[in-house]
Amino acid sequence: MIEQPKNFGFGEDETMLRDSAAKFFSDHCTPDKIHRQVANNSNIHRNIECIWDKTLWRQIADLGWTAACVPESAGGIGMPLVAAVALAEEAGRAAFPSPLISTFNATFVLRECRTANANAALAEIASGKPMTLAITNQQGSWEPSDTDVLVDNGQLSGTAWFVQDARKAEGLIVSARSAAGVGLYYVAANAAGVLMTADGIIDLTRDQAHINFSGVNAIEVAAPGLGEIALAHALPAIQVVLAADMVGAGEWLLQTTVEYTNTRIQFDRPLGFFQAVKHPLVNVMLDIDRAKSLAYSAACAIDSDPERKDWATTRKLAHMAKANASDMAVFASSRAVQFHGGIGFTWECYVHLFFKRQMHNQMLFGDAKYHRAMLADMLIGKAS
Amino acid sequence: MADADRKDTPEQAEFRTYCQDWLAHNHPGKPPVRIPLGALELSDPKALTWLQAWQRSAFDAGLVGCDYPVEFGGGGRKNCQTIANQEMQRAKTPFFPNIIGLGMAAPTVLFHAQDSVKSDLLPRLFSGEDIWCQGFSEPGAGSDLANQQTFAERRGDSWVINGHKVWTSLAHFASWMILLCRTDKSDKYNGLSYFVVPIQTAIGKGVTVRPLIKMTGETGFNEVIFEDLVVEDRYRLDAVGAGWKVAMTTLSHERGAGELVTPAAGGMTQEDTKGANTGSPSALIELAKNSYRNGKTAADDPLIRDEIVKMMIRQEAFRQNQRRALVPQLIDHPMRIPLQNKLIGTEFNQDLAEIAYAIEGPASSLYLNDDNAPGGGEWQLAYMNSFGVTIAAGANEVQRNILAERVLGMPKSK
Repeated sequence: MIEQPKNFGFGEDETMLRDSAAKFFSDHCTPDKIHRQVANNSNIHRNIECIWDKTLWRQIADLGWTAACVPESAGGIGMPLVAAVALAEEAGRAAFPSPLISTFNATFVLRECRTANANAALAEIASGKPMTLAITNQQGSWEPSDTDVLVDNGQLSGTAWFVQDARKAEGLIVSARSAAGVGLYYVAANAAGVLMTADGIIDLTRDQAHINFSGVNAIEVAAPGLGEIALAHALPAIQVVLAADMVGAGEWLLQTTVEYTNTRIQFDRPLGFFQAVKHPLVNVMLDIDRAKSLAYSAACAIDSDPERKDWATTRKLAHMAKANASDMAVFASSRAVQFHGGIGFTWECYVHLFFKRQMHNQMLFGDAKYHRAMLADMLIGKAS
Repeated sequence: MADADRKDTPEQAEFRTYCQDWLAHNHPGKPPVRIPLGALELSDPKALTWLQAWQRSAFDAGLVGCDYPVEFGGGGRKNCQTIANQEMQRAKTPFFPNIIGLGMAAPTVLFHAQDSVKSDLLPRLFSGEDIWCQGFSEPGAGSDLANQQTFAERRGDSWVINGHKVWTSLAHFASWMILLCRTDKSDKYNGLSYFVVPIQTAIGKGVTVRPLIKMTGETGFNEVIFEDLVVEDRYRLDAVGAGWKVAMTTLSHERGAGELVTPAAGGMTQEDTKGANTGSPSALIELAKNSYRNGKTAADDPLIRDEIVKMMIRQEAFRQNQRRALVPQLIDHPMRIPLQNKLIGTEFNQDLAEIAYAIEGPASSLYLNDDNAPGGGEWQLAYMNSFGVTIAAGANEVQRNILAERVLGMPKSK
């Protein structure tokens, strides 16, 4: 067993970072402001837009959020993963429309590449360049070895699907296959031969695209065969940060629904008096607490095991965190809409922003059933 | 993992070494008789006697009541009970039989009784010589605990008690009871008072104990009838009318959210005590690997696998919740996790045993009296018994009200 630090390694620096993030969001990202910004057009057939506030992005880069988990050797701050988890939790609580989570995910992958080119990309992240992963095939597989993009002689061709925050990102980390296996490649989002087609998605706080590469010159950040290993090594951190985003959003949904049911009067009483409302909300709380504890413990396990000596335990905790958080995200969202009653079903109520973000998050990098199936193979043994 | 990230104080470290050393030489070994899952299910006097001897030896060695004052039979240490508990768990000892005494009566007596009562009662409580029971529930006071009808009437320096208590675990072995009752009929909450009353010495002299048979077919709990039982005033805890406040001390400790850590041994595997383990997801995996479904083992069935993994996630999350509960910067309400524990723990065990029914298939019909029953029928017994704890100690519906009202700030449901 790997020795772990006290308090999940969540010390003064992490607390200060988290508290400053909470203040930042309450100053700049209130739900009404975000709703005005991203939900100004309810038309189902609206044009696909990518709306976000780049000045806020510049500010969070200046606050060091993108540099937080970039190693010091690559020009970052080198904070532990629990710091990113805390930022993701706050970002989720604010339903923050930004490429923050995508940029974290690119960071986790690049950290595992251990090449000069990867470090150069990390340095750009540290200075505030938004990046994202383009590593998913058309079937939506989360397996590191699955990609529809081919690499030949340093040039990419094919299409990457379900790319998150694609139109906000300036840099793409693309997985591509050659005879020697899957490698990872850095491509500028505006490079020649990159054709981005925006997806019409439900989540208003994100954008998504599929990206076609036709003979695009790319910089290798992980060699063929090593790219899929780097991805596999980064997956637990990616799963945990997504779990944390869902924990934050789940807590917003819980607290907002509690407030609403405390004030909405029916049958001469606040709705929250009725146990049919009260008990499911307690179940939401239990679910959030499980997800939060698993997310922080998984992050701490990842931080404590850079050599991957107890990798099975670390992976197990990350799968558990994502599985629990995904189920929680669905449950917290559904109860929030239901207990807001008629108003909860409307576009004007802010709940849908979080509902849609949660439904997007719960499937990203594997839904609950996907992760439980992985856990079953690890903990019970493969089925015959 | 939970232990490794907390460093012991020098006192704790020294005490831990002492406990380890003592346990290495004084583990009571395998029990000569079947020991039930927990103390509340004790019905065999032979099992009780064996467990009392174990509690006595642990008390004599200083592993019970470590954090209580010396003058009341305690060890006078600081934050050491948790060390003794951890080491007893690690050494896989049997549990202590005086669970209500240690978990509920002791802290309540310590915080609310006269000193002479503390020094009279606490040492024999810690040693296990006196078994304690709890007189809270009544036919008309279950979830609505304050609806107490048992009445104590003042007569000079004494009180005369009449009433009817139910679901009284361990009363058939108990020397003493913690008793919540009414002293004023005009005020629901402020009309309650709290006493400790003798049981065994008063049988036939105002006290009748009758066994109630559980749905499992086991005895273990009782009804207790008071008919003009006379109790000295010194056995009243705190002021007349302060019973509700005193009861809250009892309940917060019962729910694992009190000031004092309950002395708790345990960890002895169920294989050692009764032949089958019913308390963990890993036991469920073993069961699934040895049960069959559609021509394969139940462990190959994707739906069963999913159910088992869900339980493993809940188990790990419970562990990590306890760890996070110690990190103030990751907690937004100090009682948010402690008040969940009773609910989560009891529903976990219930769901575990329910899945075992599914895994066993047709063989789940077999019970303790059938030699072919998987695991000796213990999963079925555990499932039925699991309802005892989802109902007792404040039904889980009441626990959810408490969490909603105290932690989430929702309106009171009464």
